Amino acid sequence: MGNKQTTFTDEQLEAFQDCTFFTRKEILRLHARFRELAPHLVPLDFTNNPDVRVPPTLVVTMPELKENPFRDRIVATFSEDGLGNLSFNDFVDMFSALCELSPRELKTIYAFKIYDFNRDDFICEDDLQQTLNKLTKGELTAEEVTLVCQKVIEEADLDGDRKLSFSDFQNMISKAPDFLSNFHIRI
Amino acid sequence: MFCNFFRAQRLEEASKLSSWKQWRQSTQRTLRRLRDEAQEWLSSLKLWRADIHQIEGMFGTGILSYFSFLRFLVMLNLIIFLLMFSFVMLPIIIMFTTNVILFNIWNPFMELYPSSARRGLVIFHEHITDLLSGGGFLEQTYLFYGFYQVNQIHFPNIKYNLALAYLMTTIAYLFLSLIWIVKRSALGFKRNLVQDEDRFQSFCNKIFAGWDFCITNENAASLKRSSLLYELRTDLEEERIKQKIADRTRKEKCRIYLIRFILNIFVIGVLAGCFYSIYVATIFSQEHVEYLMYEYLPSIVITLANFITPLLFSVIINFEDYSPAFEIRFTLMRCVFMRLTSIGVLLFSLWSQITHCKDETCICGYNHELYSCWETRVGQEMYKLTVFDFIIIVAVTIFVEFPRKLIVRHCDCGLAKWWGQQEFSIPQNVLEIVYGQTICWIGTFYCPMLPAICTIKYFFIFYIKKVSLLKNCRPATRPFRASSSNFFFLAVLLIGLALACLPVSVSVAQINCSQACGPFVGYNTSWEVLPTAVSELPTGVRSVIEALSSEAFAVSFFVVTCLAMFYVIALAGAHKKVINQLREQLVLVSLVK
Repeated sequence: MGNKQTTFTDEQLEAFQDCTFFTRKEILRLHARFRELAPHLVPLDFTNNPDVRVPPTLVVTMPELKENPFRDRIVATFSEDGLGNLSFNDFVDMFSALCELSPRELKTIYAFKIYDFNRDDFICEDDLQQTLNKLTKGELTAEEVTLVCQKVIEEADLDGDRKLSFSDFQNMISKAPDFLSNFHIRI
Repeated sequence: MFCNFFRAQRLEEASKLSSWKQWRQSTQRTLRRLRDEAQEWLSSLKLWRADIHQIEGMFGTGILSYFSFLRFLVMLNLIIFLLMFSFVMLPIIIMFTTNVILFNIWNPFMELYPSSARRGLVIFHEHITDLLSGGGFLEQTYLFYGFYQVNQIHFPNIKYNLALAYLMTTIAYLFLSLIWIVKRSALGFKRNLVQDEDRFQSFCNKIFAGWDFCITNENAASLKRSSLLYELRTDLEEERIKQKIADRTRKEKCRIYLIRFILNIFVIGVLAGCFYSIYVATIFSQEHVEYLMYEYLPSIVITLANFITPLLFSVIINFEDYSPAFEIRFTLMRCVFMRLTSIGVLLFSLWSQITHCKDETCICGYNHELYSCWETRVGQEMYKLTVFDFIIIVAVTIFVEFPRKLIVRHCDCGLAKWWGQQEFSIPQNVLEIVYGQTICWIGTFYCPMLPAICTIKYFFIFYIKKVSLLKNCRPATRPFRASSSNFFFLAVLLIGLALACLPVSVSVAQINCSQACGPFVGYNTSWEVLPTAVSELPTGVRSVIEALSSEAFAVSFFVVTCLAMFYVIALAGAHKKVINQLREQLVLVSLVK
């Protein structure tokens, strides 16, 4: 079955298998899903590495991402141009980093990037407020939002600068028991 | 971007390595890939994988953990049954079928105890009665202890000590259950140790690790959102209550403590009343065996008590003014205590019946007139409890949950609004199956086929609960955290196992085994088989075993274990100190910056 496909060369598949957590079958399946998003854009034959990017508006319609409050941030984090346009490599990277086999360290790195809305390598109170509003769809009152953000900074900020650096975040996530089981997308 | 980086790195490395190392690397990669595929294939064989995926997608990880717990129990019971089958039943089956054995020691002291098997023309409904009560024709089958009347089996080349095998298998299955549960709970326990209390880092956990990225269903997403909202609001409420508790005056404190004291006395009174009624019901049912209803009286009383007391506890806890998190845990603890102790009371009342004769002391150590084969009677009680438990679960699902859904959906009256749609209450369901499993552990010694019955029972319960969940329930508004719930399930199961070991060890070691049936005829207690068998071993092995079981060894082992424990505790304390010091240093460093 694997020898008859013409989407990728064997070297490409080997390379994909080595730097992601997917098997050959899964990578071919991912290609089919990628193509499904924009059949007129994405070619069937990837053997000559075409430079095809799918815009974020199409990617967030995927059933795996549709209900996720952070879908825009996830797509933006994994896109190379930072605007949300995903090439196939970005697409595979995204699902590989978020899959079940992906280790805690990798997920922590990407979680930090996703929650850092203003991309200043710190999760400040403003980022926290945006995260909370996306999570609850604006159902909390402003006073409750401020209170919650203050508590979060109190709990996780170790060096006292009123914002979370990557090491604060990493330390906090290592103690969060649900992180690994919740922060994964099944595809 | 990530993939390209890795690829470039790998190509660079590959050009630097010799061909031997390249070959070794590629072999390692192939082996790892093979191992991953093998694991994937193995996990696809797991029982009910598709069903559990479906439940996870629709109801989240809390309810998922209940169903995977159920699957674990099915596997555990199956393994226990296979153990009992291969070491206890199989030799007897071989003995019966081959019929070549020249000597099997049917004990000369044994008189066939008057069996209640019916003779002559048997009316059909009496078979059903027998099936439900475990009496009649069932007493003469592999189901109960009384059937295994063989002490030793002489096969052509070896002598098989069935009595010893029976005892060792009992110890083995209890031990195996313990190891398996501890192994499964090790992960959850480590995490719970890391968190000092439940309030540690709770806001961060909810915001950064709270959303389940696996959710694909719109309904599930809005439910998850509302449950997160509920959790956050509850936490803010907890903070407020903590502040209020800190601000309490002395007079208020006295009043609250007085109320709590009175309510606890009330709870103890209720529990004592329930236990006494179970005791009375058991004695009554032992004395009157005419009607099926009387035989099931203890089960009915236990089920009623276990139905009423949780409702009572959840009402009482509202007056005791604890913080919400503590309320949930305390109510749960009370329910666990009630469920598991009711089995203990039943066994205690059985024991008092069995070991009390009309005169002061029993000649045989047990009441041999009424209970010529008391182990079979205990086995029958456990069998009846299991059957009744299953019947109740099916009946409640069919006659309460489905009508409730119909009423709530179609009727618009006040009752429907107040009752509301069914919620899948995870703690109560878990207690139900732990209760069933405890009965299974206790009963397997007296009823070797009970694990098989329990496997089938849990198998059907999975499907019944799944259908009921999908058709009748809405997800709980009070979310149950998956990580701590796994630990909670296994902790309750461990308590059940500890409780199960107690009656089994008392009856094996203390109560004289019946002389009219069973494999231990001729011995005083069932435990005696072991020392007798040890004394027949060659001298070298015997002296080793005697050294291991002597007091000197036990005391020194205990002392060494205590020392190890103190060392580990001291180490943990030292680590905590270091962590605090490092934390302070971090703050200082950032201030200096």
